[in-house]
Amino acid sequence: MNQENIQPIDSTAPHHHDQVDDHKPRGISRWLYTTNHKDIGTLYLLFSLLMLFTGGSMAMVIRAELFQPGLQFVDPHFFNQMTTVHGLVMVFGAIMPAFVGLANWMVPLMIGAPDMALPRMNNWSFWLLPCAFTILLSTLFMEGGAPAAGWTFYVPLSTTYSNDSTAFFVFAVHLMGISSIMGAMNIIVTIFNLRAPGMTWMKLPLFVWTWIITAFLLIAVMPVLAGVVTMVLTDKYFGTSFFNAAGGGDPVMFQHIFWFFGHPEVYIMILPAFGIISSIVPAFARKPLFGYESMVIATASIAFLSFIVWAHHMFTTGMPVAAELFFMYTTMLIAVPTGVKVFNWVATMWRGAMTFETPMMFAIAFIVLFTIGGFSGLMLAITPADFQYQDTYFVVAHFHYVLVTGALFGIIAGVYFWIPKWTGVMYSERLGQCHFWCSLVSVNMLFFPMHFVGLAGMPRRIPDYALQFADMNAFISIGGFLFGLSQLLFVAMVFRCIRRKGEKASAQVWEGAEGLEWQIPSPAPYHTFQIPPDIKSGH
Amino acid sequence: MSAGYQHYYVPHQSHWPIVGAAALFLMGYGAAHWVNDDLIGPILLAVGFGLLLLMLFGWFSNVIDESMSGLYSEQMDHSFRQGMSWFIFSEIMFFGAFFGALFYARMISVPWLDGAGDNAMTAQVLWPDFEAIWPLIKTPSGLETHAMPWEGIPLINTIILLVSSITLQFAHMGIEQQKPAQLGFFLMLTIILGICFLALQGYEYVHAYEELGLRLDSGVYGNTFFLLTGFHGLHVTLGAIFLTVIFLRIAVKGHFTAEKHFGFQAAAWYWHFVDVVWLNLFVFVYVL
Repeated sequence: MNQENIQPIDSTAPHHHDQVDDHKPRGISRWLYTTNHKDIGTLYLLFSLLMLFTGGSMAMVIRAELFQPGLQFVDPHFFNQMTTVHGLVMVFGAIMPAFVGLANWMVPLMIGAPDMALPRMNNWSFWLLPCAFTILLSTLFMEGGAPAAGWTFYVPLSTTYSNDSTAFFVFAVHLMGISSIMGAMNIIVTIFNLRAPGMTWMKLPLFVWTWIITAFLLIAVMPVLAGVVTMVLTDKYFGTSFFNAAGGGDPVMFQHIFWFFGHPEVYIMILPAFGIISSIVPAFARKPLFGYESMVIATASIAFLSFIVWAHHMFTTGMPVAAELFFMYTTMLIAVPTGVKVFNWVATMWRGAMTFETPMMFAIAFIVLFTIGGFSGLMLAITPADFQYQDTYFVVAHFHYVLVTGALFGIIAGVYFWIPKWTGVMYSERLGQCHFWCSLVSVNMLFFPMHFVGLAGMPRRIPDYALQFADMNAFISIGGFLFGLSQLLFVAMVFRCIRRKGEKASAQVWEGAEGLEWQIPSPAPYHTFQIPPDIKSGH
Repeated sequence: MSAGYQHYYVPHQSHWPIVGAAALFLMGYGAAHWVNDDLIGPILLAVGFGLLLLMLFGWFSNVIDESMSGLYSEQMDHSFRQGMSWFIFSEIMFFGAFFGALFYARMISVPWLDGAGDNAMTAQVLWPDFEAIWPLIKTPSGLETHAMPWEGIPLINTIILLVSSITLQFAHMGIEQQKPAQLGFFLMLTIILGICFLALQGYEYVHAYEELGLRLDSGVYGNTFFLLTGFHGLHVTLGAIFLTVIFLRIAVKGHFTAEKHFGFQAAAWYWHFVDVVWLNLFVFVYVL
């Protein structure tokens, strides 16, 4: 697809790996002490891959238990630990760090910056994550086990009815929060301050735009999460009663504060994926992105609305009717900017000279499947209907459509898109296509039937279920195992690239791709844009 | 490219961040053990805290050395300024969570427990004798306490913090107009006022615990009172340490010029931010 492209710097270099003299530090200290945005991006991405499989194996336990009605493999308390830690690991360990890793790698390349604005703090942000997850995962081996209150750790499950693991969970979340806030500050300052001359706001690639807004959301809501876990800690260990009616507090207050964090968090996990898709679709449709300005405005609108919709997670808690209506309508409003985005992606493809390499396949799957998740979200937004859907598998289906076929597919698409730039070799297209089709079929086997069992009333977070759900659940579990296995193909693809097995990639890599990152050699030299490039025209 | 281009300094490796990560790991892991009454906890926490201080000292030393040797461009200065601004914004949101809890308790949960809105049955079934008042000096379960009046120490403390923001501004003018005596005097005065605030706050806590029976676990009034004033006091402490370090850098090392003194400004921003938080505290926790 790209043989005719010129290779600006390394075309004369022989076929060894580091064509440019990079002054790359060697050995383990390179990774421990690094201040290089590419090294740190790599660390983030590998860590999130490890966490994807950690959280994924917990999902496999869940699906094995639910393969048949009745209790087969694990006791209910352990089942609850699995659902809880699966959620926490996937949200804070897999999806968020993967996006931060992509931002670390790509944002400086896209805006022509020499590195991140605060390179040492960047390293600190990363290394806090393994520390946080060591604390969190250590609770699996402690007496009484890991947290089992669900990833949303509702009180009183996380206070009155929890074991000692709550404190470990709280401090692990504090470390994750510090990491996220520092990571977000770094990204936002980099974008504000380190853009190359001429890289004006409305020339920024959309991935950069979505990350500015995501970083703002992170800085705004991660401290609120820190506040709410602190209140959980003091309620459990220091006798406070923030969430205890006997002392004048309210368990529902927990849900308000949690979801004030939690709903923007949902957009933190999807906006960067929007940015990735907005980079990929124009490249493979060989057309500029349709409606660039409206994409920026839509992203900002979604971020703004994310602060005033939180209580749609709490329709059944007995809020006043006025509040239910307010949150119902604001939630439905989000469909407008999201619809703008989906329309723009489709319009970008319209009459494009399209090719269907793996990144594009995942991007198209993202557009279709994320939209399904969006539609089920719209159904959930309808307050009276939500009374039926609340806490059923319909909700599970909804948020896995937006987080697996949305966020995760977006990340995977981004990895396929940029891995030639990172490693200097093309991934195996056959392996990529195989990974895509296996994932596409299995993920829909896994999550689509959940809509039906949910509508029929199967509750979430329960290790057993009524007999009429047996066939569906067996089918779902098979889909789950296949989806888990399919991701091994992804790992194979990644490691083939890391070991430089494959066709050498040109600097341009993709014929239709535009942006600064395609003007530097593949693999990207250790240091890039130490002198800022001159940006002339267009985005 | 253009002639106006300044090199953006990217440090070559540093071992301080991973020391910092290890420090926070030990502190978090130790604190979790401690609250579960495991005696290894305080030890881990103390080791982690020591490591954190070491890290801060080493890291800031590097930054100061780099800055003094002229490695930092104006662009780097912008990075520091923007980074500090976003950090303060994150702190505002952290306090926002606790103010949110205070407002929710006052406006919603306490009135609802007394039957406000359509919650008459809640009140009847749970605690029929409960009366919604704020400050909540008698909880639904019957725990009694006393409210902290705003006259007296809280008012004095408000004045102290307001004055300290003004004296800090005089110190800032001292640095800008190159009047070292004014700078030193007013910076020292600011720090002393901060310490006075903390001492009075400590005295107020003793008074609350011993005479008023107002404790951390005295229902949602005590909860919000102590967590809000406690986290604020922690921030005053950090701010005072920050200012003291700046004072020592000026007095001992002779750092900062009339044009370049971002370290001073960052400390000042932080101090003013802490002051504004206190004003909100004074109004919403004490007066209203």
